[in-house]
Amino acid sequence: MTWFPEAISLRSPRVIAVAIFLLGLALLPVVANALGEPFYITLAARILIFALAASGLNLVLGYGGLVSFGHALYIGLGAYVVGILSFHGVTSGWLHLAITVALCGLVAWITGLICLRTSGIAFIMITLAFAQMFYFLGVSLKQYGGDDGLQITSRSDFLPLSIQNNTGLYYLSLALLFIALYLSWRFVHARFGRVLRGAKSNARRMRVLGFPLLRYQVAAYAISGSICGVAGLLLANLTKFASPAYMFWTVSGDLIVMVMLGGIATVLGPLVGATVYVILETILAGYTQHWMLVLGPIIVLIALLAKRGLYGFFVR
Amino acid sequence: MNWDLLLVQALNGLQYGVLLFLLAAGLTLVLGIMNFVNLAHASLYMLGAYFGAAVFAKTGSFVIAGAAAVLGTLAVGLIVERTTLFAFYARDHLDQVLATFGLILFFNELVRVIWGPQSVYMRAPEGFTGTVDLLGAVYPSYRFLVIVAGLVVALALYLLIHHTRVGMLIRAGASNARMVSVLGVNVRLLNTLLFGLGAALAGLAGLMAAPILAVQPGMGDNTLIVVLVVIVIGGIGSIRGAFFGALIVGVVDTVGRIYLPLALRQVAERTIADAAGPALASMLIFLFMAVVLAFRPQGLFPARR
Repeated sequence: MTWFPEAISLRSPRVIAVAIFLLGLALLPVVANALGEPFYITLAARILIFALAASGLNLVLGYGGLVSFGHALYIGLGAYVVGILSFHGVTSGWLHLAITVALCGLVAWITGLICLRTSGIAFIMITLAFAQMFYFLGVSLKQYGGDDGLQITSRSDFLPLSIQNNTGLYYLSLALLFIALYLSWRFVHARFGRVLRGAKSNARRMRVLGFPLLRYQVAAYAISGSICGVAGLLLANLTKFASPAYMFWTVSGDLIVMVMLGGIATVLGPLVGATVYVILETILAGYTQHWMLVLGPIIVLIALLAKRGLYGFFVR
Repeated sequence: MNWDLLLVQALNGLQYGVLLFLLAAGLTLVLGIMNFVNLAHASLYMLGAYFGAAVFAKTGSFVIAGAAAVLGTLAVGLIVERTTLFAFYARDHLDQVLATFGLILFFNELVRVIWGPQSVYMRAPEGFTGTVDLLGAVYPSYRFLVIVAGLVVALALYLLIHHTRVGMLIRAGASNARMVSVLGVNVRLLNTLLFGLGAALAGLAGLMAAPILAVQPGMGDNTLIVVLVVIVIGGIGSIRGAFFGALIVGVVDTVGRIYLPLALRQVAERTIADAAGPALASMLIFLFMAVVLAFRPQGLFPARR
């Protein structure tokens, strides 16, 4: 595998398939509205939001090799930023966005410093524990709904844009997802990303070469937390609800499944994974109330077989 | 300060800690020696509680219920290990996390299909429905039984690990698993044995928790995360660490929930204290873990290398 951006032929099947997929995403609300099926816009917005969160996780999980089982924490934080600020009458979406990015980055930076004192199994368990800590914090905030969550009366104001209808929210999510994907692509091919990948494949050698790995890893962890926070902000706007359930540990698990399913350590893998996973959940839930009975074994199979993931399969 | 209340709360903390220990002991061995991340330990605990409650409701005998919980969980654990998990021993942690996450979802839904989404309740066994008098404090006798049983199991584990040949192999495995296999020990058999021991202990913990807690789908998930905190605090692979970690976490969590809000009221305004107290109390063990990690990343009682 080369660490350099490969020269991609614009006519390769992979590029054409990706272009069609992205074009399809851009046109989806138009088609759905024309067909009179607005449900698909909500579903697709959900996919984009989870794709955003999964690509944030992928930065540390895929490129950094740091198995975080706690990224739902940042989805929850982003959602609560919207919920609590709106509750107090602050509705500016740009302000929500700025605070979400700053807060999630800060929390990820602090918890990252603590978690990165360990590695391997302990790292997995500690990230999980921190997410659960914030889950309990959300549950105990009685003035903000506690266990039941916090209703959001009106969506954030992204003046001059409007996300009051689902189509507007969809396009905002798509734009933010594209920005995040572009940034991950640049990140991965920059020196920063290469140091991170070097740390994944041989940390000792990188240290001997004189790289202060902890700094790079904490920075990546903070960026990844911020991206997941933005996903949480969008999710809260989509559902008009902020709930501790967004921070529940199963959400962290879902994000890992999406990354693995799509293709770990690929830029577009999380998008593919989120698309397939959310659609799979929706179809299974349509068949039976006990869809987890099917989904559980499917996840075991993904763990067993999906070495490089659906998209990763095409990336050499 | 009400000393009776403090004593009762300390006993409650001890009882919670003992339950955590039963779960942590098995899991820390699987993590430390097999280097395997088994989140499905939570499901085994839950199944133990369901098996115990169901058999107790049918037969009315706590002994039969206990046998069913421990043996049933042991059987499920060994079946899952032989059919699924063995394929993940050589894989990286990420695959193991994912696979056992899938298993948790499966088992949570399975018990929902079999026993329904509502909580199942289990009575305390005959003769343990009353209270006992301890140093002037009145304490439910079943909870006292749990403490005693847990301490007996801890003692038995200590004897097993420090004074038998199998225990010696287990300790050797915790220090250097590869060296043990090079010396000609059947590590595969040792692994299955360890996994079975962990499963049986999880089943026992489930049974003992059943009359105290609501038996419901997903009951093991939150407990699992606390158990992981215990293991991190104690040191991965260390039974001694699991024991002291479990007692510390059990007592800190239980006593903190009662006294932290009260203590806050002394120093802050009542409205602020009432809002912040429960929030801080529920975060206490995680903050404690963060502090331990900041000073001793290997845990308080790490397995000797």
